[in-house]
Amino acid sequence: MTTLTKESQQPEHPELLELDRVTIRFAGDSGDGMQLAGTQFTKTSAVVGNDISTFPDIPAEIRAPQGSLPGVSGFQVSFASTEIYTPGDAPDVLVAMNPAALKTNLADLPRGGILVVNEDEFSETNLRKAAYASNPLEDGSLRAYRTFRVPISTLNSRALKDSGLTAVQIDRCKNMFALGLMFWLYSRPLDTTTRWIDEKFGKNPAVADANKTALKAGYAFGETTEMFATHYHVPKAPQQPGLYRNITGNEATALGFVTASKLAGRQLFYGTYPITPASDVLHELARLKRFGVKTFQAEDEIAAVGAAIGASFGGSLGLTGTSGPGLALKSEAIGLAVMVELPLVIIDVQRAGPSTGMPTKTEQGDLLQAMFGRNGESPVAVVAPATASDCFTMAIEAWRLAIKYRTPVVFLSDAYLGMGSEPWLVPDFESLPRIPVEFASDPATFKPYARDPETLARPWAIPGTPDLEHRIGGLEKSDITGNVSYDPANHDKMVHLRAAKIQRIAQDIPELEVEGDERGGLLVLGWGSTYGVITTAVQRARAEGKKVSMAHLRYLNPFPRNLGDVLRRYDRVLIPEINLGQLRLLIRGTFLVDAVGFNKVAGRPFTIRDIEARIAELA
Amino acid sequence: MVTASRDSKDGIEALSRKDFVSDQEVRWCPGCGDYSILAQTQKLMPDLGIPREDIVFISGIGCSSRLPYYMNTYGFHSIHGRAPAIASGLKASRPELSVWVVTGDGDALSIGGNHLLHVLRRNVDLQIILHNNQIYGLTKGQYSPTSELGKRTKSSPAGTIDAPLHPLTVALGAEATFVARTIDADPHHMVAVLGRAYEHRGAAFCEVYQNCNIFNDGAFAAFTAKEVRADRMLYLEQGKPMIFGKERNKGIRLNGLRPEVVEVGVDGITEADLLVHDETREDPTIAFMLSRMSYPEFPVPVGVLRAVQRPTYDALMTAQIERAVEAEGPGDVRDLFVEGDTWTVE
Ligand SMILES: Cc1ncc(C[n+]2csc(CCOP(=O)(O)OP(=O)(O)O)c2C)c(N)n1
Ligand code: SF4
Ligand SMILES: [Mg+2]
Repeated sequence: MTTLTKESQQPEHPELLELDRVTIRFAGDSGDGMQLAGTQFTKTSAVVGNDISTFPDIPAEIRAPQGSLPGVSGFQVSFASTEIYTPGDAPDVLVAMNPAALKTNLADLPRGGILVVNEDEFSETNLRKAAYASNPLEDGSLRAYRTFRVPISTLNSRALKDSGLTAVQIDRCKNMFALGLMFWLYSRPLDTTTRWIDEKFGKNPAVADANKTALKAGYAFGETTEMFATHYHVPKAPQQPGLYRNITGNEATALGFVTASKLAGRQLFYGTYPITPASDVLHELARLKRFGVKTFQAEDEIAAVGAAIGASFGGSLGLTGTSGPGLALKSEAIGLAVMVELPLVIIDVQRAGPSTGMPTKTEQGDLLQAMFGRNGESPVAVVAPATASDCFTMAIEAWRLAIKYRTPVVFLSDAYLGMGSEPWLVPDFESLPRIPVEFASDPATFKPYARDPETLARPWAIPGTPDLEHRIGGLEKSDITGNVSYDPANHDKMVHLRAAKIQRIAQDIPELEVEGDERGGLLVLGWGSTYGVITTAVQRARAEGKKVSMAHLRYLNPFPRNLGDVLRRYDRVLIPEINLGQLRLLIRGTFLVDAVGFNKVAGRPFTIRDIEARIAELA
Repeated sequence: MVTASRDSKDGIEALSRKDFVSDQEVRWCPGCGDYSILAQTQKLMPDLGIPREDIVFISGIGCSSRLPYYMNTYGFHSIHGRAPAIASGLKASRPELSVWVVTGDGDALSIGGNHLLHVLRRNVDLQIILHNNQIYGLTKGQYSPTSELGKRTKSSPAGTIDAPLHPLTVALGAEATFVARTIDADPHHMVAVLGRAYEHRGAAFCEVYQNCNIFNDGAFAAFTAKEVRADRMLYLEQGKPMIFGKERNKGIRLNGLRPEVVEVGVDGITEADLLVHDETREDPTIAFMLSRMSYPEFPVPVGVLRAVQRPTYDALMTAQIERAVEAEGPGDVRDLFVEGDTWTVE
């Protein structure tokens, strides 16, 4: 164990080692500013040209007692000189700002990993709050790690003693000290963060200066102390040329929907009720007033989807967004949208269930709810983005389908995608295809439930159009005229038509592509946010010579038209899902393929090792 | 009579009541009070002076909620209780439309109670017509949240044990800016009240006492029957003392915080002692008091209890957008793409 006081045996100049990939986890009390340290580290790493992937771990309780186990907040960032798809299974470095952070995160740190602890916080009170019987810094329990005890609080307040700030304000800067130290350890420049500090605290120069001083002090500490024998360099990753920014899935989702409204030339109307982890989509859209975006914070999820349906009836893009419990409340209204055949997009940022479950934790548990969670035969289209930046693409795609087929489309994101971030190659707006919108206008030919022969969509006739006055509603409609009908043959026909309309979408979406072998061996089939881990695990297995291929579904209803053919070309099919086998049920039921599953429902993303291990059993 | 004072467009061909009758066969029980509400609504429409295509009727579920099918306007018969939500989304996204909500006592106050509260407090510019028959008609006669305590119905053979809501009191409590009541049996009054609702900017809440002659016949007859109406109902008129009675000799006087019925000319009481109706009072106390006056203790007030001005939700929403565009210019998504730190890979 290294301590400051001990006489050091290290060489004077730490050596510089080159690494391909590093994963750091910042962990501390929710008041310690760990999310901020993590995002700043991410931005700088992106700017220096690494590929990056992040995942925040936010406590469910907003104001858990200081220093307590439930109050621990974490942020993991992985950065690499190669293309990466996940924020890393396990951290290489754990920064623990207090005993509680150490306690909740240490299990994830592999033996031999770097552990940086703020030793100042290891007081008896804090140890008790974290349920430590003895001080782990003293009792030898950290022997397996490369532990660095840094008196971060003391060093930070010493650096800021002339700042003129209060003790509390000074203490708040210690995340910057820790960040500065990590910047030194991984040879990153400070300028991106100092610029950000100036922007953020511009109105309060004393606070801005203090944050910058703390940042520099942390960096200088790394440089001058003899504690660290080595520091590291992670070279640039080869990336497609272009302009990049870092983006979370929820940001990309909001941006995708605004972009869709511009591509369609129609107003975006977002009806929603706050719920973790979907609320950020509302926060993003609520500030976009000058884009003509209307946001409606409704009294509940039923009103939220109702208002969106009302907006769609009027010719706007009616969008609603929620997480699992809210999707349950929206069921009846989504069924109404199926019946009245109006465009509607429903965002579900899935979280661990059932019931209130674990609001900040990720899960893929709502697939069957999205597919079937309504009364009657009530088909809707379902899409699922595969990565944070794919949220942008699939948001636009969801609207294209909703408008063209006059149908509700469920957009299945999850907590992992929504809160995690990755670099996004900024698209060229001009190159994005426009979304055509056609309203009915000709009274001579208008029939409310006549259908487009290609798409089976009925006309979208919006109020304000002369002589197209008509009535829609949730009662069964007569084919063509749209009058209320209880006729048995008509009902049978309409049930089939609504189902056929959704199936027509299969002709309009890309075929499923396989990465790996054309045929034979094991196929790993995933959907949604597991793309990154599955890709990495399959790449590693192939590198070991295993006959494994992968395919990833972003369209879940209807499935890509070639899915059945693809499945039959392989000897075995493995479907990893963070649920008990919901896609597997659909695949087995639809294609009579004897797929096997990997189902771990821990409120966390899979690790690459999880998938590798399961592949090893099968291939 | 409605003066086409708001939003009326010049040069529209004059429409007649018939233009608002749809081709659908009306399916209410013969004698149902809903017929009268439909007829008065259709009668009012041509007087609004707005094109038919700009009018939308949105309803929930119930006998009453079938009304949109019979109106030759745009219509949306939605799901139980949710019409205010759907109407809010339509109006907020298309403020130029005239949007009417048709609902029942169960639809609005039971399953849809939450939405009613919020549409009123937001003051979305809608007309909300509540057909109150104090029963669940469509589901064949269960008690409703407005059924009187102890009422025996199919679902309450021993009498109800839950206290009823007073719709107008609820509306006032929800900060409604326009609160009115009328009855199916008085077409002239109804058409006038509906017209006032249309003229009001904001959520205009109208309760209509509607007879369900199948499951709750005569629920209001004790005071709405022609012969007794004058003595048992109080027709509110703006700026006028609250007088009623065949002889126009009875009135409402305030005794401390309580209303009381007095006779003009008796014990030296003159018209000057009576409460003067002022629907524009910001303070809702008197309106609240009126909303709770019921027969037989009091005459039942009808007319406009409250009509005050407050900015509408839809107008405020539009204004926020206009202000943002004025301040920062219309948004270009390309700027959003590159928000925050960006970097270039060569
Ligand atoms: C979700 C749901 N629950 C229950 C019903 C059954 N239902 C239809 S109308 C109604 C009550 C209608 O009463 P009210 O709103 O007073 O309308 P009325 O028929 O009296 O005009 C009920 C319970 C339904 N259609 N939907
Ligand atoms: S059941 Fe009652 S409310 Fe319904 S249509 Fe018949 S009379 Fe009217
Ligand atoms: Mg009723």
